[in-house]
Amino acid sequence: MVNHISNEKVIEVENLTKKFGDFTAVKGISFHVNKGEIFGFLGANGAGKTTAMKMLIGISNPSSGNANVAGFDVHTQSDEVKKSIGYMSQKFSMYDDLTVQENITFFGGIYGLSRKQIKKKTAELIEELQLGDITKSRVGSLPLGWKQKLAFSVSLLHEPKIVFLDEPTGGVDPITRRQFWELIYTEADKGTTIFVTTHYMDEAEYCDRVSIMVDGVIEALDTPKNLKKQFDVDSMNEVFLKLARNIE
Amino acid sequence: MRTILFIIQKEFKQIFRDKSMLRLIFILPILQLLILSNAATFDVKNIRISFIDSDNSISSRVLKDKFNANSYFSVTKELTNPKEGLDFLQKGSTDIVIEIPNQFEKMLQNEKKAELQIQINAIDAATAGVQNVYVSQIVQQVNQDIAVKIYNTTENQIILSRIETIPSFWYNNTLNYKTFMVPGILVLLVTMLTLFLSAMNIVREKELGTLEQINVTPIKKYQFIIGKLFPFWVLGLIILSVGLVISKVVFNVPMLGSILLVYGFTSIYLLLILGFGLYISNHTETQQQAMFIAWFFMVIFILMSGLFTPIESMPKWAQNITLLNPIRYFVEFIRMVLLKGAGLKEVLPNLVVILIFAILINGLAVWSYKKTN
Repeated sequence: MVNHISNEKVIEVENLTKKFGDFTAVKGISFHVNKGEIFGFLGANGAGKTTAMKMLIGISNPSSGNANVAGFDVHTQSDEVKKSIGYMSQKFSMYDDLTVQENITFFGGIYGLSRKQIKKKTAELIEELQLGDITKSRVGSLPLGWKQKLAFSVSLLHEPKIVFLDEPTGGVDPITRRQFWELIYTEADKGTTIFVTTHYMDEAEYCDRVSIMVDGVIEALDTPKNLKKQFDVDSMNEVFLKLARNIE
Repeated sequence: MRTILFIIQKEFKQIFRDKSMLRLIFILPILQLLILSNAATFDVKNIRISFIDSDNSISSRVLKDKFNANSYFSVTKELTNPKEGLDFLQKGSTDIVIEIPNQFEKMLQNEKKAELQIQINAIDAATAGVQNVYVSQIVQQVNQDIAVKIYNTTENQIILSRIETIPSFWYNNTLNYKTFMVPGILVLLVTMLTLFLSAMNIVREKELGTLEQINVTPIKKYQFIIGKLFPFWVLGLIILSVGLVISKVVFNVPMLGSILLVYGFTSIYLLLILGFGLYISNHTETQQQAMFIAWFFMVIFILMSGLFTPIESMPKWAQNITLLNPIRYFVEFIRMVLLKGAGLKEVLPNLVVILIFAILINGLAVWSYKKTN
């Protein structure tokens, strides 16, 4: 399962901190992610994982500490970082009033793809996702599961080294979630690094390594197997509950 | 440049996709121009006038006929006593009551002067003032006529001791208020539409979450902003064109100056307004907030633009505030160019001010637009 991972570190985080006034949302976290890894970034609501992620994708400046993503410093080279990453937010963020095709064209275009490349990519996507004739329908009219798969594919249009997924499967049924994770695996096999946050502990089991954030601090980081051993439980769900309960 | 084209393409698609919005964008301004231009008239016409004629003489009839014959006045029913006149005025059934005393003709003959009592409803002071002038003018004419009729004097025997003024009205010689108002209202429409649309546009993407998605792309700030605002800039010029055609065809507004100059000025003016809209967008989180702020400024801009009330009659401090009002410069400009035929030389001050404003506000807007918090 882990044969797609290399030893190259594509994300390196050191003492990364974010303060909002008196409140410290992220308290000096340090970790690294290897190339090709599926890295689960877990935490309760308000634990600071979205804030941390926003710093990694270059839309939030760290208060202190360093983060290196795809070989670029997120603070000083955020444009370079942005070229190398894909991002799918928890809030579905494609244009509902545009068709599937038009969304692909737009996002491909602003990532600097040529019209020819966009055409090729679109054909591939239609093939992979079996979009068929829905390319001409407006995105707003699609079911949520479809939208999420589409958003994931669009975030990969420019072939990023790392893709950040912020709760990508919120609100859909288990079958659709399963299909979504198959897409993630396919992509990871190609060598793309996946950085994913989720609230579903079954999904955490799918990850190569998992970090659990509590109150702005990474409390645990290891493979799901080792974590279960460490906490002497059977599932990630129990690991999570144990950690969260300890804090309270 | 390619990136900008992709954004422009997307924006135009979104604008033209939303059919109800599209209708609002094009039909509302046209309706507003047609309706407002007819309503916002300061012409004093159809003045209702009532007489209390206690004299019933040739002279009093001459007087009444003179008013009857004048198209600005419409004579209501004859009243019998002053109390009735006051009631009539109070009820709003008439604008003016003229009381002719019973010794009117006799006084004219014997003492060579007589008095008329004129009561004018002055709730609207400006209108009352104009009405007073009209009444006085007619009474002056009657003076002459009566002199001829009553004294049987021939006209050349009358010594005209008063100085007659013959006004000549320049630039709008028929005193047509529409000519004056239509270009101004057109300015308002172009401003409102582009300001509201641009103020709501980016904040809408904030609400939807798509802005975050854009911020994660390597797109440059200037690319995004130009791509976003260019479609509205085009839209503004289209609205201007439609408005100019209506002004010409429906209202027959003279267009003495260069139309090219109007487009040139508007092009720069729109940059200012769009920059302002963007600035509002940057500092708000929801479309409601953006709309509220845009309206707040719009109302101030409209009332202090010199469109409905002359700037010269505002207090000094208010006049100073109007110096910051972009609409003021545009209204002034378009009236000068269309009605007076002013050229670039005459409107250069307006152009320079608008250009400076445009640079400042866009600088501020670009600076305050942050891809990273």
